[in-house]
Amino acid sequence: MVAKVGTLDVRPALDLAPLLLSLQIATLATIVSAIVGVGLATLLANVRFPGRDLVDVAVTAPIVLPPTVLGYYLLVAVGRRSFIGHLFEAVFGSPIVFTRTGAVLAATVGALPLVVKSGRAALEGVDATLVRAARTLGASPVRAFLTVQLPLAGRGIVAALMLAFARSLGDFGITLMVAGDIPGETQTASLAIYDAIQEHRDQAALIMVLSLTTIAIAILYGVNKLTARASDAR
Amino acid sequence: MPAEADRTLHVRARLRPTAGFTLDVEFDAPPGVTVLFGPSGAGKSTTLAAIAGLARPLAGRIALGDTPWFDAEQRVDVAVHRRRVAYVFQSLALFPHMTGTANVAYGMPPSMGRDARAARAAELLGRLHVAHLADRRPPTYSGGEAQRVALARALAIDPRAVLLDEPFSALDRELRIALVAELRDQLRDLGVPVVFVTHHRQEARALGDRLVILDGGRVKSLGKVQDLAPGPADMSFDETPLDPDGALR
Repeated sequence: MVAKVGTLDVRPALDLAPLLLSLQIATLATIVSAIVGVGLATLLANVRFPGRDLVDVAVTAPIVLPPTVLGYYLLVAVGRRSFIGHLFEAVFGSPIVFTRTGAVLAATVGALPLVVKSGRAALEGVDATLVRAARTLGASPVRAFLTVQLPLAGRGIVAALMLAFARSLGDFGITLMVAGDIPGETQTASLAIYDAIQEHRDQAALIMVLSLTTIAIAILYGVNKLTARASDAR
Repeated sequence: MPAEADRTLHVRARLRPTAGFTLDVEFDAPPGVTVLFGPSGAGKSTTLAAIAGLARPLAGRIALGDTPWFDAEQRVDVAVHRRRVAYVFQSLALFPHMTGTANVAYGMPPSMGRDARAARAAELLGRLHVAHLADRRPPTYSGGEAQRVALARALAIDPRAVLLDEPFSALDRELRIALVAELRDQLRDLGVPVVFVTHHRQEARALGDRLVILDGGRVKSLGKVQDLAPGPADMSFDETPLDPDGALR
């Protein structure tokens, strides 16, 4: 974004676009990882199936793999020549990679392990006898889950989603690999900080750094409050 | 009410809840209270779990009258939530996030409608003298109060059978005896089989009609609770001497 100040063309110190884009992408990524992540967490916590340990490892791997490696896999999986990428482009008319969709996907992959790990722990932390009691009272497995296990794991799951949001907000590597660094399209705050530093726009970098730090710390504080109350309630 | 034979619970089951332990039991529980008496680790709770459908036997048949709930040979295994067996757990397992009313109404059919369910819950809470807990949640209950709400919740499903797994164990002795005395008539009036697990002989005598003694996963003897010698007031099974042939002295 360029503004005219006097006769000089200068980049404004405060460009909120990357920050707003980050919040938008993080929100979408959190919604997607809530649906997929809580689903996977439920599957892993409640259903014994062959290959359960492998699914657990596959879902957790993004915590330890380098972002470039994850980005590579995503490019292979959803790139324009891949089956999924091709299908997506045919249906929606735009590719996944190097678009906002790609940025959301990248942020989701980074956030998903947090939701699955913490969500599973929260679900497994609910006294199994309560679920059994619900079943003897006539509840189907689905009703017992929705009315007893899920609400009692609620705080833990909300805490997991807050962490997921914070993680999505800060993603750099996967986003860069899959969505690129396109200003106004996929340039999130963490990418914009890098660019600002490269271009010696220290003040712009500092503002975004402080914004991201504030949001992250506020979220962590909230998560601590939530989980402390969750363990009190037990 | 159907004939007594149609309301008798037939239990024949073999289970292996843990690697080193095999449970092999067979007994009938007609309407009235059948006490499952035995030391800890005898397989009492596992037997209840099999009746409720929470544990699947390796072999055997569990039926109410002629209706099988589980039959290994006929491959019948009715799901837990379709058996309508009230189960009061040792820990009571009240839902901590629901009010007394919501706990009691949980097992009532949705077709009853909201108001009817609330009215029925209020009636049951009143009958068990805990009407004041309708709007309070379980973490605020005393031991005896939690007990009564758990019983109200179990009775609310209009059960075909009632299973009680040492539901009074958390209470002190005085309260336990008072509750047992109060409960006796309520359970008899239901006209369904009640299987009551305990290792307290006084509870067994006060509440039960028939007696099934379990030890080491086997039925040691069948009889009447009167056969259980009075013994010291609160002596539990673990302190009760057994004759070599398994009869209680």
